[in-house]
Amino acid sequence: MASTWVKGLGTLAVLGAAGFGTFLFITAPQRQDPAVWANLGEPDLTHGREVFFAGGCASCHAPVGATGDARLVLSGGAPLKSDFGTFHAPNISSDPQAGIGAWTLAEFGDAMTRGVGRAGEHLYPSFPYGSYARMTPKDINDLYGFMKTLPASDAVAPAHELGFPFNQRIALGGWKFLFFSDAPRVELADASDMLKRGQYLVEGPGHCGECHTPRNALGGFLSGQWLAGGPNPDGEGTIPNITPGSKSMGSWSEGDIVTYLETGFTPDYDSVGGSMVEVQKNMAELTAADREAIAAYLKAIPAVQ
Amino acid sequence: MKLKLVLSAATAICLGVTAAIAAGEPQAVRQDEMKKVGGAMGALGGIAKGEKPYDAEAVKAALTTLAEVGKTFPDHFPAGTEIGMESEAAPAIWQNMDDFKAKSAKLASIAEAQLAALPADQAGVGATMQAVGATCGDCHQTYRLKK
Repeated sequence: MASTWVKGLGTLAVLGAAGFGTFLFITAPQRQDPAVWANLGEPDLTHGREVFFAGGCASCHAPVGATGDARLVLSGGAPLKSDFGTFHAPNISSDPQAGIGAWTLAEFGDAMTRGVGRAGEHLYPSFPYGSYARMTPKDINDLYGFMKTLPASDAVAPAHELGFPFNQRIALGGWKFLFFSDAPRVELADASDMLKRGQYLVEGPGHCGECHTPRNALGGFLSGQWLAGGPNPDGEGTIPNITPGSKSMGSWSEGDIVTYLETGFTPDYDSVGGSMVEVQKNMAELTAADREAIAAYLKAIPAVQ
Repeated sequence: MKLKLVLSAATAICLGVTAAIAAGEPQAVRQDEMKKVGGAMGALGGIAKGEKPYDAEAVKAALTTLAEVGKTFPDHFPAGTEIGMESEAAPAIWQNMDDFKAKSAKLASIAEAQLAALPADQAGVGATMQAVGATCGDCHQTYRLKK
């Protein structure tokens, strides 16, 4: 009888180990093929600046309350509170020790598009690589080139404050397995170049869905709810639905959306608020054509009530 | 028939009283004040966008409204009015009342500065919009909660 128990336990242990091994194998951090980051040439810094603002890097990585040029010092920013704990955006300034100044383009690119850190570890999806995964290698190259021109800071950001099991980076492999994808969020039939550009900006660098799409208990997007709004993942209040079915802005024209992104005013001259204030400042730095492309995309996606 | 009349009259009076009370509540007052600001920004915005011709009196009236609201707006946030009447006021207002007051005062001072050097054409009104408008987002970032 006892030996049956031992055998049973032994079998379980073997199966468990095999299962865990399989889990590790399936969910190991996966870098991009190094060829992706090769031969990209000299970065276009002017374009890199546009990518920087499209990506909203300063919103999380600039110091709290920074204004003007101080927003270009990416020493780490305001704590991001979530259901899983508090995340602290790290120093991504050009400092070779405290920041990412010594990273290769491949290391930077793998972090941006695959959520893999310099040491090969999984990164937390509070860093929106689930959106940045859609970015082109050229944009990543131009962005990194531009970021290297920004000031260095030797400030060391605090570590994330997460409870078990969320403090186990290994579990992020499971999260990626379930939710990570670089496929389009919505299928747009016969999309014009302008619409494709809008899709790229919103689903990729703009990472709009990270706040505007509701999530399940594990932090994955709810299907069929793309950009449909929901509770604020970072505190009180709600994040609005920005699909054509939105009560608050479904009736806006493309021109209204463009004006809002450029000036921060709604059609009835209410103003931008909350975390969207920082986002709008970034959107104002884009080209007019890019703001128009974003508006076209937001009018083209499925309406969710 | 008479009873019906009396009842509906009573109901009407009750409704009227409720409306009067609601209109005097700080939550309602501050919402009205913000609507005035929206109206004033709309007047400036119409000119800045070229939808309406430049009109010095309209610009002056809008900026005067902005200055007046900016001066008194924080008076409408006494303790006990944190919630109710669909208030979008963030709890942070009562935690940082001095900062909230400073931000409101900034709206007033910028509006007054613009009044002192009244914008003279469409482009000038556009610049005014930007100067005043920055204070809207600056305050709403922290102190307004969308529900």
